[in-house]
Amino acid sequence: MKYVLAVLVENKPGVLVRVAGLFARRGFNIESLAVGKTVDPAISRMTIEVEADEKTLEQVVKQLNKLINILRISNLTHEPSVNRELVMIKVKANATNRAEIQQIVETFRAKIVDVSLHSVIIEITGNEEKLEAILLLLSHYGILETVRTGKIALLRGSKVIKNGEVKENDKDVL
Amino acid sequence: MVIEALKKENVDVIFGYPGGAVLNLYDQLYDADIRHIMTRHEQAAVHAADGYARATGRPGVVFATSGPGATNLVTGIATAYMDSVPLVLITGQVSSPLIGTDAFQEADIFGITLPITKHNYLVTELADLPRIMKEAFYLAASGRCGPVLIDLPKDIQQAEGEFRYPKTVQIPGYNPTYDGHLGQINRAIKALARAKKPVLYAGGGVVSSGAHELLLELAERTETPVTTTLMGLSAFPGCHPLSLGMLGMHGTYWANIAVNEADLLIAIGARFDDRVTGKINRFAQGAKIVHIDIDPAEIGKNIRVDVPIVGDVKRVLTELLKKTEAKQHPEWLARIEELKNCAPLVYCQEPEGELLPQFVIESIYRETKGEAVITTEVGQHQMWTAQYYKFKNLRSLASSGGLGTMGYGFPASLGAQLGRPEEIVFCIAGDGSFQMNSQELATAVNYNIPVKVAIINNQYLGMVRQWQQIFFRRRYSSVALEKGPDFVKLAEAYGAVGLRAEKAAEVAVVIRQAMAIPGPVVLDFRVRAEENVFPMVPPNCPTCEMIRGDEE
Repeated sequence: MKYVLAVLVENKPGVLVRVAGLFARRGFNIESLAVGKTVDPAISRMTIEVEADEKTLEQVVKQLNKLINILRISNLTHEPSVNRELVMIKVKANATNRAEIQQIVETFRAKIVDVSLHSVIIEITGNEEKLEAILLLLSHYGILETVRTGKIALLRGSKVIKNGEVKENDKDVL
Repeated sequence: MVIEALKKENVDVIFGYPGGAVLNLYDQLYDADIRHIMTRHEQAAVHAADGYARATGRPGVVFATSGPGATNLVTGIATAYMDSVPLVLITGQVSSPLIGTDAFQEADIFGITLPITKHNYLVTELADLPRIMKEAFYLAASGRCGPVLIDLPKDIQQAEGEFRYPKTVQIPGYNPTYDGHLGQINRAIKALARAKKPVLYAGGGVVSSGAHELLLELAERTETPVTTTLMGLSAFPGCHPLSLGMLGMHGTYWANIAVNEADLLIAIGARFDDRVTGKINRFAQGAKIVHIDIDPAEIGKNIRVDVPIVGDVKRVLTELLKKTEAKQHPEWLARIEELKNCAPLVYCQEPEGELLPQFVIESIYRETKGEAVITTEVGQHQMWTAQYYKFKNLRSLASSGGLGTMGYGFPASLGAQLGRPEEIVFCIAGDGSFQMNSQELATAVNYNIPVKVAIINNQYLGMVRQWQQIFFRRRYSSVALEKGPDFVKLAEAYGAVGLRAEKAAEVAVVIRQAMAIPGPVVLDFRVRAEENVFPMVPPNCPTCEMIRGDEE
């Protein structure tokens, strides 16, 4: 199954390579990976989506923990969390079907961010189901190109990730 | 700055090889009060530092230049990584502005060594250097030990700045667990109290933790037999009545059968390597498994574990012994005695017949009274050493276990000898392995490092030949070494002493002669070519299904 891990890492050169290299050489599969700074610029947060069985996941987490630059790992898979991904989709479009596409875009609460004579670019955020649904619909018109950010996830409510565990918020928030 | 940091870390010897990108470092070394051993190849420098670390327990330190100097370290780093040996390696790098331009002797050693170091650094600011040095030594020798590499660009070596060595380290992402979980330790104590057929399975973790006395105490108090891995051989006295010797592919018959029949297996600082377990789902099937290891990632990696205990072996055993009660297992020990008699390790050395490798190794054992520090290369001689040399003292064996690096043993013996100058150091080698780093004879002679190299010379790459004989119908493909050099003359060419033995009666004589010589000696033992290592577990078979060698 797919698991979502939130990984806090020191913002140092080579950290991404260490993580990616570890997955590669131990034969783990990364479904998606998104990285960005946190409020503390010395710390970055990675959201890693992993396709694995339970035993492999345990090894993934343990091996990641051995990397010196990794601070905390938490498994958000079974925690109530908001999961999002941003996708940009370039679709074939002309004067006759542009309105139709516009309607789909509105239904999905997406946005058209670029229009040309023969195509439009659609920007959409959402969870996996929503993204798959719109991609399926748009494929009818001809998808020229897509780009995805990879999944990012955050716990619902005032809960935060601390010491690798999910805890109620106290002042120390990253 | 590097040299000052090394002094703070009480480094007494550095192994290395100079070059363009470490000129500044070597210039500072010129005036420093630290011994430098220049090997004849960078690979040998790492192996020597590794041998030093295994023999002393202190981190080995290596210098090498950028590019080829650094890449020549790779095999040695991987060897140390697999066997959790503490090393600090400092490589020169081209000047910062040149990094990434394919400059002369530039190699991305940071990237290359990512998967084979515990951690590594590329120094970008001079101000970071003291902290990085401090962290490197701390990381290498704490938790599960391992090699740490620091890549140091030339301009940073040249830069001058104030040297303030930090007193403490703060690495937020690194907190090894040393104390075992008390609840789990209690479960282990109960399991041991209930067990009728327990076995202790000790690995390199017992050695690096220095827990050999506690292991002995546990074994004796609960009358539990002990089998060890190759890495754990020096953790338990080989002559002890409770010693089962090594287990696994070339382990003793009785160790493998005992593990197979056991109802409790306590793994201590060991990692259920494939050479130990054979076919994993048939390994110790009837046993409850307790696993003590400092690395949580080892627990449950290869095998299901009933009682996991993450912690330092020494601390966990101390805690465990507090409540462990004395016990006897007369029936179990009788069964093991029966197994020992059923398939003992034997060979038959005819006085005038061909010399047997097992006899040579047992003779080295007898002549050194089991007190020598032994290093080995990799292959048949390594397994015979594990079988016939009964190790007595902790850290008396250095052998490449995980990576199985030919060319390791001879340079490692140089490091071991420098770490333990008062002791007799033997390198038991094969004629194939020795040739992978035989140039180090120059180093041995240069610094008068009095190691004794015993070459078990069967004119073959013996272990590969054995596999070709058994599994490939004797189609000996690229394993013959009959044109190999005259090792006596080779030793003499370097200025060392060379001795040869071809008959049984000569063996003890040349060993004694070698031990009396205060410099390096090469012993050429011309042994039977097609002798095989038995017992042997064929690949992917359960360890209870051994070829014993007496079937034919």
